[in-house]
Amino acid sequence: MRLEVDIRSKSYTSANGKRQDVISGIAFTLERGELGVVVGPSGCGKSTMMRILAGLDNDYEGRVSQPEGARLAMVFQEPRLLPWRSVEENVRLAAPEVADDRLAAIFGVLELDAHRSHFPGELSLGLARRVALARAFAVEPDFLILDEPLASLDDALAARLRDEIATLVASRPMITLLVTHSMDDAARLGDRIFLLSSRPARLLRAMPISVPRGERSEETVAAIRADLARRDFSVS
Amino acid sequence: MLRLLSFALLLATWWVAATIAGSAKLPPPSAVLAVAVAEAKSGALFLHLGATLARVALAFTLSMAIGSALGYWMGRSRLANRLGDPWLILLLNLPALVVIVLAYIWAGLTEVAAIAAIAINKLPTAVVTLREGARALDPSLDEMAKVFAFPRGRILRHVLLPQLAPYIAAAARSGLSLVWKIVLVAELLGRPNGIGFEIGVAFQLFDIPLLLAYSLSFAAVVLVIEAVLVQPFEQRASRWRLRAA
Repeated sequence: MRLEVDIRSKSYTSANGKRQDVISGIAFTLERGELGVVVGPSGCGKSTMMRILAGLDNDYEGRVSQPEGARLAMVFQEPRLLPWRSVEENVRLAAPEVADDRLAAIFGVLELDAHRSHFPGELSLGLARRVALARAFAVEPDFLILDEPLASLDDALAARLRDEIATLVASRPMITLLVTHSMDDAARLGDRIFLLSSRPARLLRAMPISVPRGERSEETVAAIRADLARRDFSVS
Repeated sequence: MLRLLSFALLLATWWVAATIAGSAKLPPPSAVLAVAVAEAKSGALFLHLGATLARVALAFTLSMAIGSALGYWMGRSRLANRLGDPWLILLLNLPALVVIVLAYIWAGLTEVAAIAAIAINKLPTAVVTLREGARALDPSLDEMAKVFAFPRGRILRHVLLPQLAPYIAAAARSGLSLVWKIVLVAELLGRPNGIGFEIGVAFQLFDIPLLLAYSLSFAAVVLVIEAVLVQPFEQRASRWRLRAA
């Protein structure tokens, strides 16, 4: 099972009739069990690319071979919860087969136990993001897309959730793609890091990280970050 | 409590007006009540009420089902909207009387003609309301449902219907009041029973107590249905919303 991506170009016509090029060449493959991190400047077309990979947008030139019959889960940039269903119902609707103890474990890790019966409108954005993560985790996906899942969370929580993502990825042989603009997330989580140019997005460099995720010391992470910064100055 | 007080005030006003106008033009509440009780005892009141309610229920269900489906389709598909829009505007502006008379001429003075005519009158408002509802659907939730591979039934029940519920409630509310009004006209013109028929009889005899007895019994039933069915549905559908201050 592997994900093969070859998007040659993607453009759309904006409201004022101008043609906008969003992507001008991104090709890579990801094997089962690998976590790819996509890093690029804000507005470069990362989310457009994720929409293509999730099968939400078929209007592009190129080819994406999704793993056959793979179960997909995605954490969108916004939580995208059903406002008229409780937190627990939101998760269960996406993952009807999830076992009670598994759900309890996920809610425990994300500290959502007290909020099971709340409606999304009663949650802060940080909490709603955690629910969106819980939903994606509960699905037990084969292919997981995380579109900036840690944005707007406080540092301590973001660090903990990052560890949880790492644990989950380790627990199942799945393909994971994480979009972020945090070099720190990229250096700590990625098996392969894909650097994108500014719009229209082009793959500047695919960087494999040789040290396994669990064994990276602070020095290794710092070294990877330095390397990333050296490769591409346009990314902060 | 406030409602009761308001109702008592209405009754008092009626009583005073009846005294001033004289019982020939406006009978006092007691006279109307006596007629209503007599009609109820003979069973006629319930027979006519039942006939009218059955027509309302059938025509309302029919037009809500077809109207919601058409409206949803027109809101989601540009082509359907273009094709359907001229028909919709025609139907919206066609007077109820024209539809009823034509239905009776074409299909005869039958039950089917009456119910179809009432349903056709209500149909376009349901279509227009549901079309707005379908246009306001949140595309980001459609995408979420697609990514997580929601089956159709789950999408309908958990993603679409909750978003459409306020529009369905609005269509039901306005549609019901429209149907209440039109059903009496349809009965007056071509049915041998129902509240509208009885009102026609009372009109020909200038029997004002009889007319008021039937009208008010009908109004009472409408109020009860609103309070027991429509309002609880609206409240349940919007319980996830934060309460307005």
